[in-house]
Amino acid sequence: MAAAPAISLANVSKVYRRYGGHQFATLKSAFLQRSILRDLQPTETFQALDDVSFVVPKGSTFAVIGRNGSGKSTALKLVAGITKPTSGTVQVEGRISALIELGAGFHPEISGRENVFINGIMLGLTKREIQERFDAIVEFAEMKEFIDAPVKTYSSGMYMRLGFAVAIHVDPEVLLVDEVLAVGDEGFTHKCLDKFAEFKRRGKTILLVTHSLGLVERFCDDAVWLDHGKKLAQGDPKRVIGAYLIDVESAEEGYLAQEDAKTQEEVAVAEPVRVDGPVESGPVSPEPVGEADAMAEAEPKNMFKADEGRWGSGGVAITGVTLRSVSGEAGHVFHTGDEVAIEIGLKADRPHDDFVFGVAMFNTEGTCVYGTNTDIEKYVAGELSGDGTVRFVIEALDLVEGTYKLDVAVHKKDGAPYDYHRLLYTFRVKSRTKDAGIYRPKHHWEFSPTVKLTRTDE
Amino acid sequence: MWTNLSRLFKYRGLIQTLVVRDLKARYRGSVLGYFWSFVNPLLLLGIYSFVFATIMKSDDVKTQPYAVFMFCGILPWTWFSSSLLESSASLIAGGNLIKKVLFPAEVLPIVSVFSNMVHFALGLPILAGFMAYYGHLPLLSNFVWFPVVVLIQLVFTIAMALLMSALTVHFRDLRDLLANVLTLWFFATPIIYPYFREGVKQYVGYFRWNPMYHLIVPYQESLFFLGPFGHGPSLLKLGALSVIFFLAAYWVFDRLRDSFAEVV
Repeated sequence: MAAAPAISLANVSKVYRRYGGHQFATLKSAFLQRSILRDLQPTETFQALDDVSFVVPKGSTFAVIGRNGSGKSTALKLVAGITKPTSGTVQVEGRISALIELGAGFHPEISGRENVFINGIMLGLTKREIQERFDAIVEFAEMKEFIDAPVKTYSSGMYMRLGFAVAIHVDPEVLLVDEVLAVGDEGFTHKCLDKFAEFKRRGKTILLVTHSLGLVERFCDDAVWLDHGKKLAQGDPKRVIGAYLIDVESAEEGYLAQEDAKTQEEVAVAEPVRVDGPVESGPVSPEPVGEADAMAEAEPKNMFKADEGRWGSGGVAITGVTLRSVSGEAGHVFHTGDEVAIEIGLKADRPHDDFVFGVAMFNTEGTCVYGTNTDIEKYVAGELSGDGTVRFVIEALDLVEGTYKLDVAVHKKDGAPYDYHRLLYTFRVKSRTKDAGIYRPKHHWEFSPTVKLTRTDE
Repeated sequence: MWTNLSRLFKYRGLIQTLVVRDLKARYRGSVLGYFWSFVNPLLLLGIYSFVFATIMKSDDVKTQPYAVFMFCGILPWTWFSSSLLESSASLIAGGNLIKKVLFPAEVLPIVSVFSNMVHFALGLPILAGFMAYYGHLPLLSNFVWFPVVVLIQLVFTIAMALLMSALTVHFRDLRDLLANVLTLWFFATPIIYPYFREGVKQYVGYFRWNPMYHLIVPYQESLFFLGPFGHGPSLLKLGALSVIFFLAAYWVFDRLRDSFAEVV
């Protein structure tokens, strides 16, 4: 687009300063120690934006995406002029209206009507302009019967709607929107989107900060992706969103790996066995007598209600559980339909001939999605000694998007556990289809020739 | 700074609207409403006149009726002290505006000063009523000074308010400190005692350094004392200094402005 820029940021950096202790410490100590000047110096800095440049052409709808704390809102505040950049320049052409905090200037004690006027003046309108637009504002906010009631009696939805209505009727050249579309019900959201579309048609510039990627894809001409204050990508929204999603996934992967390492460390520290599980009195001898009976008591009464933890007699120990993708790479984030293998490392203190391997998956509500073991599936134990590996291969992980936890166990045929790992392993399933439930059966749709549908994605 | 300062003039509509909102909001929901603006000074006056005119009776003819004399000083003092207390909290209270909206921060302390000025103005009819009741009217030649004193106090108070509000954002202790300093300041200013009283005279040298002395005494001279208006030159000097002080305070405010959105 060759249109003139409406907003341009050139090498913009923003450093937030944190001062020693809280604020400047106290005035008293500042005086006593004659440290006012020293305390005025920042002791710690936080780089919210780092050398960011982008240009929003006039008439375009431009999205800023990124994770929490990536500097999106800071960028918006700089464009709005609420804060100044530490270095670099921000230029904006035309009147701005910022939908950052809706109804920020509302006073709770006075009526909606008066607040509309005051808010309008704060946003740079004259009294007459507000008078002209007043009816439109009230109608847009759907507040006709409440407009003369004090604002403190409004519900939060009404409050936001009125704030939104005033801000949007300022009729700006440049509209800044920070994640405010979650205002009001479906109907109102549609109205807001219609209003944005109208803005777009009339050639106004919109700068949108949002986590709603669908909206960006549908609505925006251009997107920029910020991460830790740096611009990572800019361009076609589809492409930028794709890159962003991959990054989000790898971050989740990192987080889950960390969580997993933590739980495994906890378990390892308490070796040989019995973590969090009900404690059985007496030391665990390598070959306890009447072990099965003792363990039966130690187990939680209802397996499916038990908290995470580890218990068992320890004759056979699970030394590690790894989830691997089809390429053999260890991971925690998979896509619906992927092939995933649960790899269980084992160590037996001596040869055993009575053993069963079990695996179960739970969703976050604690519902058992699937559970099985080698006994149910008619495997008969032969011998297990030394180190070993068991792989439970899921040919297609047909689960809907969500976080799942794993139970992994090795126990005797009668159920007495050697080593039971309860909900210690977490993995996440991602899906671009937002279907509902837990299980996604392999499926497709068929239509008779008289029923015509087309798929839009991909 | 100068462009910001010139923009300040453009905000007069905003300031006016906010002052009205402030006043409306303050008494919304109370039965007596605006009447409280009268009742508060009236009560204060009642207490002081009981204490100083009945319990600790003074025989000085020049300060009779004592209630009217005190009221001439208490009214402007109340304007000054409540302006400072309110404005020092104004930026923190209006944090939402500063952080989330492009809003000229200096408007907030200035609004505090003006809405207290309205209360001051509402107190004047009471003063007039008392004067009429006691039959003690000001000399016209002195009274013409009254608007000048008000104007100078306005400039001085706005300057103080800007400075205090900006600093309080960073040093929250300042608010509590201010409340105590104002109490001390009140008694260090000849409001409930005349500046020429025996036992006070010896401290007149110190009064020179108290800007409120140069405001309160002219108030008393323009509204109460029947003698000549003797403190004109020092008042005008204070006026000139107030303008300089205002510019300095505005400069400090302007320098700290960018930090408000981050610290508030």
